[in-house]
Amino acid sequence: MVTQTKDTQPIWEYLKEIPDPEIPVINIIELGVIRDIKWNDDELEVIITPTYSGCPAMQEMEDDIVKVLNKHGYTKHKVTTVLSPSWTTDWMNEEAREKLRVYGIAPPMKGTADKGVLFGKMKAVTCPHCGSGDTEMKSQFGSTACKALYQCNSCKEPFDYFKCI
Amino acid sequence: MTKEEALLEYCIRLGDDSLILGHRLSEWCGHGPILEEDIAMTNIALDLVGQSRTLLTYAGEVEGKGRGEDDLAYMRSEREFKNALLTEQPNGHFGDTMARQFYFSAYYYFFLQELVNSKDETLAAFAEKSLKEVTYHLRHSSEWVIRLGDGTEESHQKIQESLENLWRYTGELFMTDEVSDMLAKEGIGVDLTQVKQKWDERVKQVLEQATLTLPEGTWMAEGGRKGVHTEHLGYILSDLQYLQRSYPGLKW
Repeated sequence: MVTQTKDTQPIWEYLKEIPDPEIPVINIIELGVIRDIKWNDDELEVIITPTYSGCPAMQEMEDDIVKVLNKHGYTKHKVTTVLSPSWTTDWMNEEAREKLRVYGIAPPMKGTADKGVLFGKMKAVTCPHCGSGDTEMKSQFGSTACKALYQCNSCKEPFDYFKCI
Repeated sequence: MTKEEALLEYCIRLGDDSLILGHRLSEWCGHGPILEEDIAMTNIALDLVGQSRTLLTYAGEVEGKGRGEDDLAYMRSEREFKNALLTEQPNGHFGDTMARQFYFSAYYYFFLQELVNSKDETLAAFAEKSLKEVTYHLRHSSEWVIRLGDGTEESHQKIQESLENLWRYTGELFMTDEVSDMLAKEGIGVDLTQVKQKWDERVKQVLEQATLTLPEGTWMAEGGRKGVHTEHLGYILSDLQYLQRSYPGLKW
């Protein structure tokens, strides 16, 4: 077994191999769930935070992280979950947002957790198919915990919106 | 009672509220009145069960006897469950479920807003995370109470009855005892009188908008926090715990 350097940079690269199990066009680094990677003596610790408390994909991501670390020859490691600071869609970069749009999911708006979520007006969401701003929310809860269901009034296509939290 | 004992009890109560209400909502899976609502209720169930996992795991750590989330969820008996009676009430029709959800989410939303400031780091982090989710739950159930109340004559009458029937279970959410008093004083728990005030305001405001009448009953049922439940919890547990009771220690 080759001695590994205690550099964490390559590990950030390796973890990009792992797609989000439910939205495979973005990887888990782009999703923003990896909070830190560090060495505790000879043990590697990957710190993750869940998108939603009950997101069933978290366990799968954890298993995938372990697999990737093993594949690259890291033998002593652990995955730790933290809840604070809590995950926000603001941690997704422009590139990830564009990938979502091309995939047919309206990306989250910038600016955390629509302050208007409680009774306020929801911001206008742009249709990822035709680009129209004339869209309508059908349900705040969509196909996964992180998405809401919308329909475009112009092209009539239904679509998922990655909701802001 | 020591501070640790109180904290353990507090986590169990919170964890059981989410677990039991989450289970109730999951019973709607495949039975929702429309597809969007089937998905909404199971999404909310998922959030609640996820929150419960955090709390019961933490309860196990505070207890320090090696019990994990699964031991606490699947291997405790009815009298050891400390959820509020409201959370175990049957789903009834859709209006009953929305009335229950609205009462609970309004309480939980303001409760978590306070818990964010807890001196206990785990509880504060838990609250920060969960508050984002519960904000959506409160919006969803409030909108339905308004839509049903301000809808047809029949929907108005039905949701009014649901709100009246469940009213007696709302008082328990704000009842204090040695556990809640001790932790509130320590800055770990929440001052429930403040939560009650905000809950009163919000419920009044939503019911007004829904053209509904605020229930007036003053008698409040209690017992859940002491493990004395309505008949419904036993049936929930026989469903929820069946697999682990039949095959103890079975892994997924």
